[in-house]
Amino acid sequence: MDKRKIEESLFKVLMVISTFIILSSLVLILATVIIKGLPAMNLAMITQTPKGGFYLGKEGGVLNAIVGSVYLATGAIFLAILISLPVVLYLNVYAKKGSRIITFTRFSLDVLWGVPSIVYGAFGFTIMLFFGLRASLLGGIIAVSLLVLPIMTRAMDEVIRMVPKELLEASYSLGATKLETALKVVVRQALPGILTAVLIAFGRGIGDAASVIFTAGFSDFIPYSLLRPAATLPLAIFFQLGTPFPEVQDRAYASAFILTIIILIISIASRVLTRKYTRNVVK
Amino acid sequence: MESQTHISVQNLNVFYRNQQALKNITIDIPDKKIIAIIGPSGCGKTTLLKSFNRLIDSVDGIRVSGKVFVDGENIFDPKAEVTRIRKKMGLLAQSPYPLPMSIYDNVAYGPRIHGLKDKKKLDGVVEHYLKESSLWDEVKDRLHTPASRISVGQQQRLCLARGLAVEPEIILADEPTSALDPKSSQRIERSFLRLKEEYTIIIVTHILRQAKRLADYVVFLYCGELIEHGPAEDILENPKEEMTKEYINGVIS
Repeated sequence: MDKRKIEESLFKVLMVISTFIILSSLVLILATVIIKGLPAMNLAMITQTPKGGFYLGKEGGVLNAIVGSVYLATGAIFLAILISLPVVLYLNVYAKKGSRIITFTRFSLDVLWGVPSIVYGAFGFTIMLFFGLRASLLGGIIAVSLLVLPIMTRAMDEVIRMVPKELLEASYSLGATKLETALKVVVRQALPGILTAVLIAFGRGIGDAASVIFTAGFSDFIPYSLLRPAATLPLAIFFQLGTPFPEVQDRAYASAFILTIIILIISIASRVLTRKYTRNVVK
Repeated sequence: MESQTHISVQNLNVFYRNQQALKNITIDIPDKKIIAIIGPSGCGKTTLLKSFNRLIDSVDGIRVSGKVFVDGENIFDPKAEVTRIRKKMGLLAQSPYPLPMSIYDNVAYGPRIHGLKDKKKLDGVVEHYLKESSLWDEVKDRLHTPASRISVGQQQRLCLARGLAVEPEIILADEPTSALDPKSSQRIERSFLRLKEEYTIIIVTHILRQAKRLADYVVFLYCGELIEHGPAEDILENPKEEMTKEYINGVIS
């Protein structure tokens, strides 16, 4: 066999192995969560708040954390959309092409993307102290929105960059302003990608523990006020795993299972929605 | 002001980075005719066309000097209102770019942004301009399907209808048939011949035969310079300049 053929087959093997590693890690994670979590899983887990003194009780469920996480992630996502959409429209429609502000903004977002989530937690905490806020749902929402902001913005930026400039010109040539063009043409054309960006950010936000540990705190009750501490699933898992009781540790896997299911639902929803909104997109 | 025609260009220079794309162009574009801008590729045809409605604004690294008067108003005046100027001209691009919405919404887009809300009137406008661009019969039963679903030739006619719907006086067409098959091209050309009664149509083309079929007036550009312009018969049959002769006879392209 000649050298080029060996190269070819060598790389093929490498690619197959890499793909296999990706797929098997997904399967293994899911299997661990299911096998260890399922025995502790019951209806009470998703319908009740924890019982038995301290929040690591062996009875009851994690409804407080489920509701807390959903509230928190939803709030953070809305806050993040309010900021990231104007940013990407500015970068792609308003700002002069190739200008320094564009390069600098994209660079900043990339740096922010790499900042560890615990740092967002600490930063959010500082902001809260400044405003005299205690650990609360609102505090968590702010910290998580900071965390997901660069992810969401960069993901939106990538899809909006792909909108052909002829499409913008078509709108301008009809006498549309930049704002009309941005909202009616650019956003519509990029809608599937924008939705994906939002849902990726949601998945990242709902699963993060480090950013909420100081900011949202924890509570045994379903959150009823923005200014009260709120439980979250990642923290529930963290606390449950940290106890010396095997029964409670098993409940951590059940909580992880619930969190995984939520993320799975989000992923499927994003696929379905993306397909639905692709119908108007111009290729 | 100083001209009788819709579009009058005076000493227009356009620089792209360090290159000069248009060199001192001065010309009055005659009204209610088909004006073909011809010349080899990269000679500034599209740049000239896009300076008429200031679409070159969005090109980075562009610098413009000189004046373009549209209905007596210098459109490069900082005080000029660019959306109003653009509304006077419909644009047909090289390949059709329907907006990411339904056929109906594409045509209604312009009238809507200019303030037409009434559903009945909009229906009328959409029907009228789809008929003007002879697309109505093919799409009347599926006005609410996405515009991306129809064929490329139909999309270009939709873009024509969309441009006409803002009631322009001028149609700018940048090689409008280059992405189309012969049949669809013919349809567009026929529409132009019909529409020239009411509109001034400026078409950029590198197809000489197309210029011969359509144009009443021809503008010949070469390397950013305006070499010659005049009635189509004169330029195409009997050019004065050596350069034009060579281009028309296929010596240069």
